[in-house]
Amino acid sequence: MPSTPPPEVYVAGVGLTPVGEHWNVSLRELALEAIEAARADAGGLRPQALFAANMLAPALSGQTHLGVLLADSAGLRGIEATSFEAAGASGGVALRQAYLAVRSGLIEVALVIGVEKITDRVGPAVEAARSMAGDADHEAVQGLTPAAQAGLLMRRYLHESGAPEDALAGFAVNAHANGLMSDHAFLRRAISVEDYRQAPREDDPLNLFDVAPLADGAAALLLTRRAALPSGGRPDVRVAGSSVATAATALHDQADMLGLSAAAESARRARLQAGVESDQISLFELHDAYSVFAPLSLEAGGFAERGQGWRLAAGGQIGLTGPYPICTFGGSKARGEVGGATGVYQAAEVVLQLQGRAGKNQVAGASTGLAQCLGGAGATAATHIFVAE
Amino acid sequence: MEVSRHWRLKQQRYALVGEVCPSCQHKIFPPRDICPDCGQEARTTYQFSGRGEVFSFTTVRNAPTGFEETAPYTVALIKLDEGPMLTAQLTDLGEKPVEIGMPVEMVTRRLRSDGDRGMLVYGYKFRPALKAA
Repeated sequence: MPSTPPPEVYVAGVGLTPVGEHWNVSLRELALEAIEAARADAGGLRPQALFAANMLAPALSGQTHLGVLLADSAGLRGIEATSFEAAGASGGVALRQAYLAVRSGLIEVALVIGVEKITDRVGPAVEAARSMAGDADHEAVQGLTPAAQAGLLMRRYLHESGAPEDALAGFAVNAHANGLMSDHAFLRRAISVEDYRQAPREDDPLNLFDVAPLADGAAALLLTRRAALPSGGRPDVRVAGSSVATAATALHDQADMLGLSAAAESARRARLQAGVESDQISLFELHDAYSVFAPLSLEAGGFAERGQGWRLAAGGQIGLTGPYPICTFGGSKARGEVGGATGVYQAAEVVLQLQGRAGKNQVAGASTGLAQCLGGAGATAATHIFVAE
Repeated sequence: MEVSRHWRLKQQRYALVGEVCPSCQHKIFPPRDICPDCGQEARTTYQFSGRGEVFSFTTVRNAPTGFEETAPYTVALIKLDEGPMLTAQLTDLGEKPVEIGMPVEMVTRRLRSDGDRGMLVYGYKFRPALKAA
């Protein structure tokens, strides 16, 4: 019996809402805005399945069952709809599931919607909700928060690499420089290395500029086969590599915590599938919820040697015109940290870059883009590679 | 109230009881019945000494619910002498600055409280080692 190859998967359209403190907008309204923008961008395609990504709605909005909620409120009642939660990696994980659905041939058009509504609550309730991503019995019970995990990692990184105390300044400076020009970024102001040095302390050695601001946001994209793509006179963007990998849940159980093994493994698998080497990547949307994850992700992704990732920022090589552009619309640091929606924002940002639609944030000649989001302190990593055709 | 949830962990939380893998002798904490090193079943209990050293540390300034009263507090990754790593708050620090590599020992302290009528959760914390092991 002749076998037909699985369909290649393309991005038909993307929709991004401005990240911010949207006190006048609900979770479902925010999601609707992104879904409608993505569908309009895809020439009105109607999805047969919805893949929702969210991390905090159960704890902060008292809402589970987001798949049906978002499908129902987006005028898509009746379709298959499920939500996916993998902490900060939820967006990449939902994208992976949508990719598998289209790739399997069973779904022709899949909608990925990442949404996070954080600012209805503040303070200890938000810290407790975000801490649920760790090991509840052995981390959260000790009062460990995601910021504290980042503090532990950053102290160890500086200790092992011998990098100076302000080694990570360049990552915050780059994110803010890119966010300044981005229509959907939360923080749009430039900062200097001196601002970084003077910033108030958070969970030491973290300072204020090592910590991405929590904010509300929703982003959506539609995946489909090539034959169903809208004719728009722009490059087609294919999902060339897709991978999710995991490490230990608890930071203390990770045998080599600075190696970010899940990030390294998912990047390796995605590159292998796409047939792409690190030096062919035009831009890298990495998950800088805390600045230390930038050098760790660069090292895990094969862009820098172990303990040397910080030098890329110090040397100005991560800017839009450098050899390794990262966080091209501001990353979590300036776009805003949107929890489970992060991976969908990243993917949409890569698509805008590959189609030459990034405006002042455009990376010239971008043809291959990498998006990687992390759940917990690198416990889950989802990596996708997109190629313009 | 989550009484049973904390009660069933009392051996590990109050006495640092973990496991040792009968196949590869890997020491396991917290107990998980499967050796994370070789994947074999590991249900033999093992009493840890409670001694270790600081692998990394930080100060929590924005505390989650249940920890507001004690913030800011110091939390650390502790490398136990027997091998495994765990997360624990540091206590009884006095004037001594915390450093990577500092020897520490386990003590039992209150971890969190759930309001005036809620339960108090006790468990392990670590303090600077009082005497050489």
